[in-house]
Amino acid sequence: MKPPVAYRQYHPKWHRTRVSTFWWSRKWSYLKFMLRELSSVFVAFYVVILLLQLHALRGGPDAYQGFQDWLRNPLLVILNGISFLFVLFHAVTWFNLTPKAMAVRLRGKRLPDVLVAAPNYVAWLAVSALVVFLLTRQG
Amino acid sequence: MPSHDVLLVGGGGAGLRAAIAVSEVDPNLSVAVVSKVYPMRSHTVSAEGGSAAVIKEGDSLDEHAYDTISGGDWMCDQDAVELFVNEAPGEMLQLEHWGCPWSREPDGRVAVRPFGGMKKERTWFAADKTGFHMLHALFQTSLKYRSIARYDEWFVTRLLVEDGRVQGVVAIELMTGKIQAITAKSVILCTGGCGKVFPFTTNANIKNGDGMALAYRAGVPLKDMEFVQYHPTGLPFTGILITEASRAEGGFLLNKDGYRYLQDYDLGTPQPKPVLRSMELGPRDRLSQAFMKELDKGRTLEGPYGPYVHLDLTHLGKKIIDTKLPFVRELCLKYENIDPVSELIPVRPVVHYMMGGVHTDIQGATPLGGLFAAGEAACVSINGANRLGSNSLTELLVFGARAGQAAAEHALQDKPVSAGIEAQAADEKKRLEREFLHKSGGTEPIAGLRGEMQSIMEKSAGIYRTGTLLEEAQAKVAELKERFRQVAIQDHSHTFNTELTAALELSYMLDVAEAVVECALHRTESRGAHQRIDFPQRDDEGFLAHSLVSHRPDDRPKVEYLPVTITRWPPGERVYGRAAAPAPPG
Amino acid sequence: MAETITIEVARYRPEEEGEPALQSYEVPLNKDWVVLDALNHIKDHVDGSLSFRWSCRMGVCGSCGMTVNGEPKLTCATFLSHYAPGPIRVEPLKNFPVVRDLVIEMTDFLEKLQSVKPWIVRKDDPAPAKGEFLQTPEQLDEFKQFSMCINCMICYAACPVYGLDPQFVGPAAIALAQRYNLDSRDQGEQERLDVLSQHEGIWGCTFVGECTEVCPKNVDPAGAIQQYKLAATKDWFKSFLMPWSKQ
Repeated sequence: MKPPVAYRQYHPKWHRTRVSTFWWSRKWSYLKFMLRELSSVFVAFYVVILLLQLHALRGGPDAYQGFQDWLRNPLLVILNGISFLFVLFHAVTWFNLTPKAMAVRLRGKRLPDVLVAAPNYVAWLAVSALVVFLLTRQG
Repeated sequence: MPSHDVLLVGGGGAGLRAAIAVSEVDPNLSVAVVSKVYPMRSHTVSAEGGSAAVIKEGDSLDEHAYDTISGGDWMCDQDAVELFVNEAPGEMLQLEHWGCPWSREPDGRVAVRPFGGMKKERTWFAADKTGFHMLHALFQTSLKYRSIARYDEWFVTRLLVEDGRVQGVVAIELMTGKIQAITAKSVILCTGGCGKVFPFTTNANIKNGDGMALAYRAGVPLKDMEFVQYHPTGLPFTGILITEASRAEGGFLLNKDGYRYLQDYDLGTPQPKPVLRSMELGPRDRLSQAFMKELDKGRTLEGPYGPYVHLDLTHLGKKIIDTKLPFVRELCLKYENIDPVSELIPVRPVVHYMMGGVHTDIQGATPLGGLFAAGEAACVSINGANRLGSNSLTELLVFGARAGQAAAEHALQDKPVSAGIEAQAADEKKRLEREFLHKSGGTEPIAGLRGEMQSIMEKSAGIYRTGTLLEEAQAKVAELKERFRQVAIQDHSHTFNTELTAALELSYMLDVAEAVVECALHRTESRGAHQRIDFPQRDDEGFLAHSLVSHRPDDRPKVEYLPVTITRWPPGERVYGRAAAPAPPG
Repeated sequence: MAETITIEVARYRPEEEGEPALQSYEVPLNKDWVVLDALNHIKDHVDGSLSFRWSCRMGVCGSCGMTVNGEPKLTCATFLSHYAPGPIRVEPLKNFPVVRDLVIEMTDFLEKLQSVKPWIVRKDDPAPAKGEFLQTPEQLDEFKQFSMCINCMICYAACPVYGLDPQFVGPAAIALAQRYNLDSRDQGEQERLDVLSQHEGIWGCTFVGECTEVCPKNVDPAGAIQQYKLAATKDWFKSFLMPWSKQ
């Protein structure tokens, strides 16, 4: 630890409070902030997976089959699961942010936040339903 | 030694307006804004109701002038008032161009509201946070000018005067405790009023009459210091202001029987809707005096912080209150746990504004060369014996700008700093160290002296005064000044020493209290906000004149009189709520 | 003897001490008193050396922001009785250097305010004498909320991004920039965007939203920042897809 700086007359000696290591555990909003920061690791992981997938695709059907087998590794399933949860988390953050980013006005009055955010969720459900439909049809 | 062309003491509305005015005269002039708080903390921020200027059809400059002059009980200098009403609209439009978010009509024009003592609707407003928006618009605009240097949180302790002209100030940089002379060719005092001389006030903690005392000590007379405005509607205990706009929007004042008592005091007959220059829209002095008479009759209510009456807004409805008076609702909810939509608000008169101040001419110039003053710290005078609500915000723009221009012209004359200035600054540093920073063994706590001063001022120099009580106050203030020599200072540090500033502020307030009491004692008549029980009549023969009080070391202050300037409106009766008697021929 | 409450105040006297420490005082638990009244009681009657900023005592000057029991608050609007039976811990605002006791250093904030050009920018400059700029109540309503900021800096104390990276322009300054952008009288949006579209500008914000939660004046800086991000993104796409459109 550094020795305390001596005070010199007419020179301010400010104290900078050290941020505690676990400051983010104090509040749910801070914890969410940290989770979003942390999510970058998993997003990066997913990007690598995607690149490997492309690489495998270029290597022909056998290589792609090998890649798919490799994906079944429980560790990778867990990691992908976590990535998925983080992406969900980001999606919800963005949806809830819409009413803040767009102050929608109708006849001079600002629409309630819920009404601005709701279409996102509706669209999300619709797209998800479409994806499920496409997947189940092929399967 | 830092050196500037123009130096402002105080960074509130008047100071910032003046600073911008200097820059617009000549962008090469260097301007220093020296303020004991960051500019946006200045007390202009607390003004609520609005700012008056003639803008609407059907109104006229003459009517604004007449309302102001009759409201001031004919103590206003009429040349100053004419100039004021004339320049007011331009200044207000200028502020609109600088971004002040004025409330608007549906067609996009600026909206106006009625206000106490005004015969026409001419009070511009930004909901009920007008001062806040004006100050922030001025502050933010001032950031654009490169020639304006700010000394934020520098506390001025003395004016440097040599060769008959002011040449700068000595100030303490609060962050470091450094005591520093800053020289300038012109100095403008914009330090606001001195409400903290009294115990119950709408005024902020910083309003200690700093500039008035600085000028007074430098030999500049203070003018009309006996005229202290009580605002009729402050919250008990905190003194938080409930704006006059709440009455302008239709609020009623009720005594303990739910009776609109103002009708008993020649202020008109009650109507369901607000009537201009009538009842609750009468001038502040008359309303505060009516409260005292109700108190005498035993018709006020009694609370833990003294007597009070009720302000009733319940009949206005939630919509009006939320759009026109949101801050009133916020303040009541937060500080009194009362919702004005459904409950009555307890109110009492509280000290609000100082009509008097540093004696200036209509350019803002004081008798001392190079020294100017503007805003509440100054007395031009446009407010006379009683200021009308919403004239003061306009005043700080009009006379802030004028003082800025005059100070800039003065600075362009380019006189060198006198040789003795540095020695004077060194003397001031020694004085501060001797009397405060290095002093130990003081026996008089600051809070004790301050409390005694505030209670004697409330008792003797309040809404109603008598010679006997004022003499008591005269002796008491002299005693307090003597005891102040033994003030107890525990804090001898340099870094942000707020005990030191509190002691200096108390010394300023004691000087201002002395001036108020002296002027009040000498004015043996009743006029506007100065009501003498022993001299209940207005005396135009003897006292149609401004009091000028000057400091004399080791002696009582000297009080002299300066005739009021009358141009077009000879003294007449102040009439509210009824038709005026026909004017006497002549 | 009336009821009392313990108030623990962070003291830091740089000329004597290396580190801040808590000092306890007993103050009357008056139901009308706010935390600021208790601090003034201490200063006036117990310890004159306690330093803090305050002025209006009506929640509009923005001086008296401090940390009360871990939360940033305007102490003039925070009642003692809310924390009964106590103790109440009063510390300086977080995320700022401490000058002394409860006084924090704020020149950095002032510089940030100035950096976003918080004034009306006009390409033309019509004389005020020609009359006011017309602005309907609806147009006023667009920016009114963002003009209510009292610069109390409570949002900075609550913002973890500012805490971790003091370069971040921060909630109040961005909200003020947006206040002028949305003002129908202003034409300076592009100039401000050049400042705020930098990394330490709006992009530092990851929508924690605490600034809006703690704001005593309901300014919603978080909303301002997100609006700004949207505007900046549109601007970027426009200049990327149609480079000729920019003057």
